[in-house]
Amino acid sequence: MKTPLARGPVSSLLLDQLQQPPSEGDGSSVLLDRIRLSLATTADVVRDEDLQLALFCLYELNYSGLDDVDGHWEWNPGLLGARQLIESAFEDSLRSRVPLPAERPLDSDGVAALLFDLTGKDSGPSMSRFVAKRATREQLDEFLIHKSIYQLKEADPHTWAIPRLNGRAKAAMVEIQADEYGGGRPQRMHSALFARTMRGLGLDDSYGNYVDLVPALTLATNNMMSMFGINRRLRGAIAGHLAAYEMTSSQPNRLYGNGFRRHGFDDQVTWYFDEHVEADAVHEQIAGRDLAGGLVESEPELLEDVLFGASAVLTVDGWLSEHILGCWEQGQSSLRPSVPEAA
Amino acid sequence: MSNLSASEDANAIVVCPDGPILVRGDFEIVSTTGEPLPRTRRTVALCRCGASTIKPYCDGTHKLINFRTEFPADPEKALPDR
Ligand code: FES
Repeated sequence: MKTPLARGPVSSLLLDQLQQPPSEGDGSSVLLDRIRLSLATTADVVRDEDLQLALFCLYELNYSGLDDVDGHWEWNPGLLGARQLIESAFEDSLRSRVPLPAERPLDSDGVAALLFDLTGKDSGPSMSRFVAKRATREQLDEFLIHKSIYQLKEADPHTWAIPRLNGRAKAAMVEIQADEYGGGRPQRMHSALFARTMRGLGLDDSYGNYVDLVPALTLATNNMMSMFGINRRLRGAIAGHLAAYEMTSSQPNRLYGNGFRRHGFDDQVTWYFDEHVEADAVHEQIAGRDLAGGLVESEPELLEDVLFGASAVLTVDGWLSEHILGCWEQGQSSLRPSVPEAA
Repeated sequence: MSNLSASEDANAIVVCPDGPILVRGDFEIVSTTGEPLPRTRRTVALCRCGASTIKPYCDGTHKLINFRTEFPADPEKALPDR
């Protein structure tokens, strides 16, 4: 994707470093020191523009890469150290703030029932009801811009988990992901359907095009998925994340579709949302019982992380909805001020 | 592998507590006159609460109407007295 603009000292050191050819004994100690300083002084690592952007760029080296950045940086030890520093502060912050339910079921039906219960209680502000009934045409653009950071690579963060799972949980993950990736039909991949929706509203559907416009919280929802997916030890959290994501999808997508229909958009534009109403009603059953529940049955010590991953989506995505709706209620944009076009 | 387990593997119907019926495998969904119904995925969830807006498929509405399917702990006890 196109390389984003720096948002502070850490991201600017990182992006400068990435312009160089990778070398051993490079300047990463300067970067590490700067990260430590920022972590020591930030008010909130989850909402820190500079640190979340740096982490997003570090993960991006594992996805589609950054334009004009040497691919060898992906496994550069200095950068892995930088990623771990930010990751561990991010993870600690989430663990201390994400509430966990008290129950500890150990069979797959019990895990599914608890996850359905947890996701059914979600009481945060409702983005889907707002989009269905009140969002303006410009707010639909904003809504898609926030979503585009993930949805144009929809399913990829969870795919990291496949080789870390076994048996029933692995089969469940593969079944869900195969559907996410269009069942062999590239034009039906969920990311491709989302791109179609963006084009229908006149937005640019190239991956990462709008990163500069989204705030730290939008990046944090993405970074959380990447962190859970890329770290094998967090496979419980990525399974819980996917289950909760699917369980909070069918009905909201029906409402999102209604919001776009209200503005006169046709079924080409709403295809993405309509598809999720049906797909995620299937996926939520498989993800809750076979993926999350199956994983807990084979590795009971992962239950806590399954619940953490599930509750983390509700919490962090809830903060993002609060931010967006809070801005909209005041008649403001929820995006960062757009940067002047480079000459 | 015996023929029996091979055919068991081919198709499966999963009865989801408080939710839909998942159908997985090789099958067709047709109307009463045999016309195929629109189907876009391999594994489908069939609504059994009656409240879906995309019947015959489930759209998650069962959760909003608190649809319950609990099996009685002891099915014998749930039968009317003989
Ligand atoms: S069973 Fe899910 S909507 Fe009816």
